[in-house]
Amino acid sequence: MPSEPLIQLKDVSFSYGPRPILQGINMTIPRGKVVAIMGISGGGKTTTLRLIGGQLRPTRGEVRVAGHSVPDLDAPGLYALRRRMGMLFQFGALFTDMSVFDNVAFPLREHADLSETLVRDLVTMKLNAVGLRGAHAMMPSELSGGMARRVALARAIALDPMLVMYDEPFAGLDPIALSVVGRLIRTLNDALGASSIIVTHDVHESLKIVDYVYIVAEGRIVAEGTAEDIRGSAAPYVHQFVWGERDGPVPFQYPSAPYREQILREPSRAH
Amino acid sequence: MLTKLAAGLRLLGRSVTDRLWRLGFASRFLLATLLYSGMALRRFGLTIREIYFTGVLSLIIILVSGLFVGMVLGLQGYDTLQRFGSASALGTLVALSLVRELGPVVAALLFASRAGSAITAEIGLMKATEQLSAMEMMAVNPIARVVAPRFWAGVVSMPLLAALFSAMGIFGGYLVGVQLIGVDDGIFWSQMRSSVDFGDDIVNGVIKSAVFGVIVSWIAVFEGYDCEPTAEGVSGATTRTVVTSSLAILAADFMLTAFMFRGA
Ligand SMILES: Nc1ncnc2c1ncn2[C@@H]1O[C@H](COP(=O)(O)OP(=O)(O)O)[C@@H](O)[C@H]1O
Ligand SMILES: [Mg+2]
Repeated sequence: MPSEPLIQLKDVSFSYGPRPILQGINMTIPRGKVVAIMGISGGGKTTTLRLIGGQLRPTRGEVRVAGHSVPDLDAPGLYALRRRMGMLFQFGALFTDMSVFDNVAFPLREHADLSETLVRDLVTMKLNAVGLRGAHAMMPSELSGGMARRVALARAIALDPMLVMYDEPFAGLDPIALSVVGRLIRTLNDALGASSIIVTHDVHESLKIVDYVYIVAEGRIVAEGTAEDIRGSAAPYVHQFVWGERDGPVPFQYPSAPYREQILREPSRAH
Repeated sequence: MLTKLAAGLRLLGRSVTDRLWRLGFASRFLLATLLYSGMALRRFGLTIREIYFTGVLSLIIILVSGLFVGMVLGLQGYDTLQRFGSASALGTLVALSLVRELGPVVAALLFASRAGSAITAEIGLMKATEQLSAMEMMAVNPIARVVAPRFWAGVVSMPLLAALFSAMGIFGGYLVGVQLIGVDDGIFWSQMRSSVDFGDDIVNGVIKSAVFGVIVSWIAVFEGYDCEPTAEGVSGATTRTVVTSSLAILAADFMLTAFMFRGA
């Protein structure tokens, strides 16, 4: 079934304890496309990525990746699937005790029994693809935010994954680094023949590079469509989100428990 | 009044059950660490690297402390022994105190505060910066790749460090007793050699330090892996590692001593 989409979320719900995070999400990521999941912070975007990567299980619904039902996979099956996924974490999550080179080489050394010469060639190619061949000897602490993001990107694509997930790839980048990373995501996706999911709240940068957009709010999908659809949408939430208006369906005041209840509650504790 | 008492009791009960939960959790974590130790043993280079770090981290403090503790033992021991006219037993006293007791215990306490806290902080920071999550998403089990090598490195290093501590201590006792105070050189060593038993004293001391090594390493990796992934979480976990392992070392020392040296 080559026409089956790479990823399908069907009626997926998830909650941390009693607190619902996602409620009845339906999402399709076709092969070869770049899809954005947008929404305000705390809206459940990272959670969605963790469901796809199998780090969390949905409380209800189906998560299918490349023909597998992710929550039903056993540990070896899950690890086999993850070898074909790359994930870029919010702040890069580079291994701080390893050089740039060793970071990118990490997945190769762990999973592929390759000679060091071959590892060196592959790492050099990946670093070249993100424009950081010259930085191979640097340590993560010596990199700027944008460079760290690009190294993490090189690491995420080291094993030529079928799917790359980006968690807030634009957060904290200056405008130049922002468009560099944005362009890279698109070109790497097309060069690898992979599919990509970008989780972001940076509307304008991502609308430039994505094929399809889901907008999530309060655990539900409130809008979806192509970049044009989203830009032209008159739906109040989408309009507020895209144009960054203070007033709208998203209230300025964070919803709060009754004052009395909050004061009498016992101190919350760590798990 | 009664409700206050009930609330107090409830709080006490909650903290006890919380602690038990945590102990159970930590035990399962230890089991998982042992289960996934294959990589740490197969790719022993990973463990060697951690032994190097824990060893180098703790070596200076262990050696210097050992020297001073031995020198103090020399002074105190001589002062006490010569009241009974048995200053010639100074070598025995210094060696037995160190090998049986002070070597394993003090080295373990120092190891907990130097290397244990560093292991917790390192793993905790890796968690807080999502490095462990990233590893999981790269289909690498962080317990096998990060936790187990550090655990085994601690277990291997501890007896070695305790032995070094004892050796430095004996040297310190010799410096003070023989060189400074003037106890006879030959008597100091020959008394020590004839009265320190290999099985009873040295092996038991090594067993102690191995047990302490397991305790400290276990607590250190668990606190790091389990900490809240924030700056406060990491610093809290680091403190807990030192406090918990110090208490655990002393408690375990009492129990081990009771079994090993009762009546002997
Ligand atoms: N481990 C956790 N335990 C409890 N709640 C969590 C945990 N992780 C995230 N959350 C909560 O879940 C919600 C969604 O989080 P997340 O998916 O990270 O949001 P986003 O990535 O869209 O900013 C947030 O409100 C957050 O507070
Ligand atoms: Mg997030």
